[in-house]
Amino acid sequence: MKYLDEYRDEALAQALLDRIRRVQKRPWMLMEVCGGQTHSIVRYGVDDLLPKEIELVHGPGCPVCVTPLELIDKAHAIASRSDVIFCSFGDMLRVPGSESDLLTVRSRGADVRVVYSPLECLKIARSHPDRQVVFFAIGFETTAPANAMLVSRARQEGIDNISVLVSHVLVPPALEAILDSPVNRVQGFLGPGHVCAIMGYREYEAISARYKVPIVITGFEPSDLLEGVLMAVTQLEEGRAEVENQYARVVTRDGNGAAQGLVSSVFEVCERKWRGVGPIPQSGYRLREEFENFDAERRFEVGAIDTQEPPVCISGEVLRGIKKPHDCPAFGTDCTPAHPLGATMVSSEGACAAYYLYGRHHKATTKG
Amino acid sequence: MGDEKRRILPGEACPSPILDHQQIVLGHGSGGKLTQDLVEELFLPNFTNHYLAQLDDQAVLDVNGSRLAFTTDSFVVTPIFFPGGDIGRLAINGTVNDLAMCGATPRFISVAFILEEGLAVADLVRVVESMRQAAQEAGVLLVTGDTKVVNRGKGDQVFITTTGLGILERPVKISADQARPGDRILLSGTIGDHGMAILSRREGLEFEGPIESDTAALHTLVAAMLDASEQIHCLRDATRGGVATVLNEIASRSQAGMEIDGRSIPVRESVKGACEILGLDPLYVANEGKLVAIVAAEASDAVLDRMRSHPLGSDACCIGEVVAAHSRRVLVKTEIGGTRVLDVMLGEPLPRIC
Repeated sequence: MKYLDEYRDEALAQALLDRIRRVQKRPWMLMEVCGGQTHSIVRYGVDDLLPKEIELVHGPGCPVCVTPLELIDKAHAIASRSDVIFCSFGDMLRVPGSESDLLTVRSRGADVRVVYSPLECLKIARSHPDRQVVFFAIGFETTAPANAMLVSRARQEGIDNISVLVSHVLVPPALEAILDSPVNRVQGFLGPGHVCAIMGYREYEAISARYKVPIVITGFEPSDLLEGVLMAVTQLEEGRAEVENQYARVVTRDGNGAAQGLVSSVFEVCERKWRGVGPIPQSGYRLREEFENFDAERRFEVGAIDTQEPPVCISGEVLRGIKKPHDCPAFGTDCTPAHPLGATMVSSEGACAAYYLYGRHHKATTKG
Repeated sequence: MGDEKRRILPGEACPSPILDHQQIVLGHGSGGKLTQDLVEELFLPNFTNHYLAQLDDQAVLDVNGSRLAFTTDSFVVTPIFFPGGDIGRLAINGTVNDLAMCGATPRFISVAFILEEGLAVADLVRVVESMRQAAQEAGVLLVTGDTKVVNRGKGDQVFITTTGLGILERPVKISADQARPGDRILLSGTIGDHGMAILSRREGLEFEGPIESDTAALHTLVAAMLDASEQIHCLRDATRGGVATVLNEIASRSQAGMEIDGRSIPVRESVKGACEILGLDPLYVANEGKLVAIVAAEASDAVLDRMRSHPLGSDACCIGEVVAAHSRRVLVKTEIGGTRVLDVMLGEPLPRIC
């Protein structure tokens, strides 16, 4: 397929791998920030092909995985109401809350619908004027413009049976939280290509300078990822730490001004809870005061739901980079992609799911 | 390395609520892991017998020296009319294919309609006429049936169940547990057409090229393949759960591994594009006119040639090999030369966010 096949080309991948092997002298640990990058790395076996001295670790950038339990419980409470049509991106349907997931809520009679674009909610709201349409507005900076567009159009068109349950998070504060950790081992980042398509990469220049860490804004195709690794490793070997843009066919330094304007007209930055991480200051969006009528948490009075994440969760250790997925007692036994206990095992972008498949594959091949 | 190589950092919590389903969810009907659980934990223990234990899409019955193939299937597709077909044609072809996948000649079909109050009679006429045509083309007789009507809102226009009977005239034993290391894995054509035709119609998505369902009766293709060689060990039409699910079922039932070359799998550009947009993997998308065949290595060229000269197999290709290593695991060589595991599908395929 045009514009895709050329980035999935074996000869190109091999050429990039050769260059990585020539440049790399010492072991390095790089983090791919986005869940989409993790998915691609596993799907194409990119990590399998890299020299084993280059370790790739999953970043925090899986929007499904970092949505806190509390928000998911709120979503379930709202979706269970008979007057509500609850709309969500597909991935969110299988993510477990305290008691169930949205698929189960739907099987009990709730009207839960998968949408591909938030704007579909406008049509649903217009054709069901007697019902409340609620959109689960999750994600990073990438999905924020479309979600902002939904709220802004709903107000413009006077559609008042729409509201949004907002759980938006931002990448730069999460990177700072990682770099601030005393046991951080990440030496360079493959930066979030699609986030930067919206936001540009000026914010990352400050982080790179402050922490002296290379950040290469990277795309999602296998050759993008290999080139991102090459650029990051080259910087590390040369002792440089700067922001470079591998994904120049999509990303500019300033990003998409129109989208940024739309987002900041609807949302404002606030503290957000991250699943398994806890609250990070200035790390997410909430609706601005003038849009509070569209806030589903207010409209359905679910503000009181305050779920604490269960103590069995190893997130504290994981946060400090001390534990890996297979250090979790449930990993691969009680918790598998077929029977997920946690979000990271559910979404195909989740670290545990990716890790599980990779680990199994590895065991299988060595046994054979 | 492997396990040692990847570790996770912030955001990768593993919280704990358990999801034992107390209600049936849509995933139980997806053909993936949840369906398999239902079969293994509920149906098999209740109805255990050696025909059922074979776990194929049809049972092969010995009746007075004849070998009969017997199968049943329900069709609940929305929309009932879609590019390339409709629920009626699907209901005939689906059951014909289940019979064909053991090498049988499909002969007789029964049909049960569950109609929803309010269904337009014109729509039912269209569905039935389409079934008549499909049955004629497949050379099967519709010999008995039943009709029920349910209250408005208790059904979705029309549900159709077809049951089929066929005769096995060749001395072949084609079953999912017959794959052997060294066997070649053949695929009869492009994948994902049916699923993406339905999905794009259902979601109102439009793509540059129209995507049409591949619904087709495959028994003449199977007959041609068996004419070339009877060394065909397994046959499956790759319906729900797609080619990935079929390969995993065969690997698991035959206790063998598989190595697939992902680059060799034919996918139409329009289907590939639709899958990219929706974040789906064509290997998990449903087909209604494609089969996977596991064939002895020495016979594979002859079978493949014969497939390619049949109109329903013109894009047929060899996509990989059955191996003794990594039993029950299907490994795929990726476009860039890496390797990944092709796992069973968990439930409904859910589009990704980004």
